[in-house]
Amino acid sequence: MELLYLFLETGFWAATVRMATPLIFGTLGELVCERAGVLNLGIEGIMAAGCMAGWTWVYFGGDLWTGILFAAFIGATFGLLHSLFTVHLGLSQHVTGLGITMLATALSAFIFRMLLPSATTPPKIIPFAPLDIPLLGDIPVVGAVLFNQSPVTHLALFAVIAVAWFLRRTPAGLALCMTGENPMAVESQGLSVFTIRTLAVMFGSALMAVGGAFLTMSAFDAFYIGMVNGRGWICIALVVFSSWRPGKALLGAILFAAFDALQMRIQQQAAMIVPYQFYLMMPYVFSIIALIVMSRRSAYPKALLVPFRKGER
Amino acid sequence: MVPVGAGVVALLFCSVLILWAGGSPVEAFELFIKGSVGSKFALSETLTRTIPLIFTGLAVAVAFRAKLWNIGAEGQLYAGACMATWLGTGMLDLPGWLMIPTLFSAGALAGGLLLLGPTLLKNWLAVDEVVTTLLLNFIVLLFVNWLVFGPWKDPMAMGWPQAAPVVDSAVLPPLLAKTRLHWGIVIALASGVIVWCVMRFTTWGYEIRAVGNNRQASVFAGIPVNGVIIRTAFISGGLAGIAGVSELCGLKGYLTLDLSPGFGYSGIVVAMLAALHPLGVILAALFVAMLSIGADSMSRSLNISNYIADVATAVSLLAVLVSMMLTRYRIKWR
Repeated sequence: MELLYLFLETGFWAATVRMATPLIFGTLGELVCERAGVLNLGIEGIMAAGCMAGWTWVYFGGDLWTGILFAAFIGATFGLLHSLFTVHLGLSQHVTGLGITMLATALSAFIFRMLLPSATTPPKIIPFAPLDIPLLGDIPVVGAVLFNQSPVTHLALFAVIAVAWFLRRTPAGLALCMTGENPMAVESQGLSVFTIRTLAVMFGSALMAVGGAFLTMSAFDAFYIGMVNGRGWICIALVVFSSWRPGKALLGAILFAAFDALQMRIQQQAAMIVPYQFYLMMPYVFSIIALIVMSRRSAYPKALLVPFRKGER
Repeated sequence: MVPVGAGVVALLFCSVLILWAGGSPVEAFELFIKGSVGSKFALSETLTRTIPLIFTGLAVAVAFRAKLWNIGAEGQLYAGACMATWLGTGMLDLPGWLMIPTLFSAGALAGGLLLLGPTLLKNWLAVDEVVTTLLLNFIVLLFVNWLVFGPWKDPMAMGWPQAAPVVDSAVLPPLLAKTRLHWGIVIALASGVIVWCVMRFTTWGYEIRAVGNNRQASVFAGIPVNGVIIRTAFISGGLAGIAGVSELCGLKGYLTLDLSPGFGYSGIVVAMLAALHPLGVILAALFVAMLSIGADSMSRSLNISNYIADVATAVSLLAVLVSMMLTRYRIKWR
C-alpha cells in the first residue's frame, strides 16, 4: 500500500526526471547514430569521456556551460574516430565500438590521474543549481517535477523535441533516416552517405558525452573512475525499446528511471529483507526484459551494421 | 606482421602520452621491456598473466568466428569461478587428479550455461546478444559481490570480502619454484591447440566457420544453424568459465571481486589481434600480458598512472582493425 502512495509523491517524480536525464541524452545520441545506420558501442566510453571532460573543464576554471560544450566537443571527436573506422573504412561496428569504449574509458582515467595525481579524496566543483523559475516553478506538482530541475535536464527535454522534429520534418533529417534504411537511394539523390553518417555519429556522440557530463556537473559534483557504470549499455537497450523513435525514447528513459528510483526507495524502506546487490541488479535486469518484450516488434533500420561502399551493388 | 604493426602504433601513441606526462619515452620503453621480460621474475609474471588471456581470447575467437558476439566473457569467467568455489571449498572431497578436472568441467559448464540464455534469446526472439551479454556482466559481478560480502564471506579473512580458499587438492600446482606461474599455462596452451584442431579439422569447426561466414548458405547446405550457434556458445562460454577456474585454483586460491581486472574485455582485444586464429591467440595473449605487466612496472617507476596499459591495449585493438583492413588491399603489377 505504502508503495502506491509513493507514486503520488512529488519528490519521487522529480528524482525520476533527474535520473532519466543522462539516459535521455545517451538514448537520443545512440538513436541518431543508429537511424543513420551506424551502431555506436562506443557510448559507454564516450559518456565516461564526457564525464571527465566536462568536470575537468570546470575544475580548471571554465564555466559550466562551456564545460558542457567542451564535453560535447570531446564526444564529437570520438564520434569522428568511430565514423572514420566504421563508415569510411567499413570496419566491424561491433568491435570498433568496443575499441572506442576501451580507449575513451582508459584515456579519461589516465588523463584524470595525470592531471590530479595526488588527489586521494575526489575534488569537487560547484555543479549546476536547480532552476528557480518564478511562475512555472510554483505550479503545485508539475513545477517541482519539471521546472525545479537542473538546466541540463531542460536541455535534454528540449533535445528530444528538437531531434524528433529534425528527423520527421526536415529534409536533412529525412535524408539521415533514409541513410539508415537505404543508402543506395541516398546516393542516387546526389547526397553523400559518408558525410551524412559521419555527421550523425558525431552529433549522436556529442549528445552521449553531454549525458555523461550531466553526471559530474549536475547529478554529482565529482568524477569517479567507473562512474558511468553500464548506463551506456542500458541506453542501447532503450533504443531498441523505443523502436528508434525519439518520443518513445523519452518515455523509455523516464519509465526506466522511475523503476530505478522505485528500487532505491524500496531499498531504503526494506533494506534488510533482500540484499542491496539485488536492487542494484534491477536496472540491468529491466533492460534485458525490455529487450525481450520489444524484440518482436522491433523494426531495425534496414542498413544498420551494413557498411556502405560506393559503387557496390 | 599485422599485430606487430598494431603494437608499434600503440607504443607510439603511448610515447606521446608519456611525453605529455613528463617522462622520457626511451627510458619508459627500457623499463617496460625490463618489467615484462627482463628477468626471470618478470617473465614468469607475464606468463602467469597470459593464462587467463589465452582462455578468454579463445572464448571470444570461437564465438566471433560464428558471428556470435559474446561480450560476456567477463561474466562467464566469474560464473566459472563461482562454480569452482562452490564445489571446491569443501563440498567435494576428491583426490587432486580427479578434483581439478571436475572443477574445470564444472566451471566450463557454468560459463556455457550463462551464455546459453543470451544465445537462446538470439535464436528464438532475435534479441541482440551484444547488449544482453554485456548487461549480464554487471549482473554477475553484483551477484559475486553479494556472495563475497554475504553468504560466502570467509570468517577467517579478517573482514576482507572474499570467499573461503579452495581445498588443497583443488590447487593447481606451481610450475616453477618461487614464481606464481602455475600449471594453468600448460592447460591454456593445450586448449589453444585443441581449439585450433577442432576449428580446422572437424565437422564442428567447419560448421562454426560456415555459419559465421554465410548464414544463409549454411541453412541451404542443411547445417542446423541454431544448433551450431548453441554449440558455439557452450564452447565459448566454457572457455571463459575455465579462465575463472584457472585463476581461482592456480593464482588467487579464493573468490574475490578482483579475480579478473577485465580479462573478459581484454579477451576481445586478444582475439582480434590474433585475427580470430586459435594459435594466434596464444601469441596475442602473450603480447597483451606483456603490455599490462610491463606498463604496470614502468608506470610505477616513472610515476605515471598505470591506466596507460589500458590505453595501449585499446589503441592496439583499433590499430589492428585498421591494419587488417589495409592488408586486404594489394599492389598489383601488370
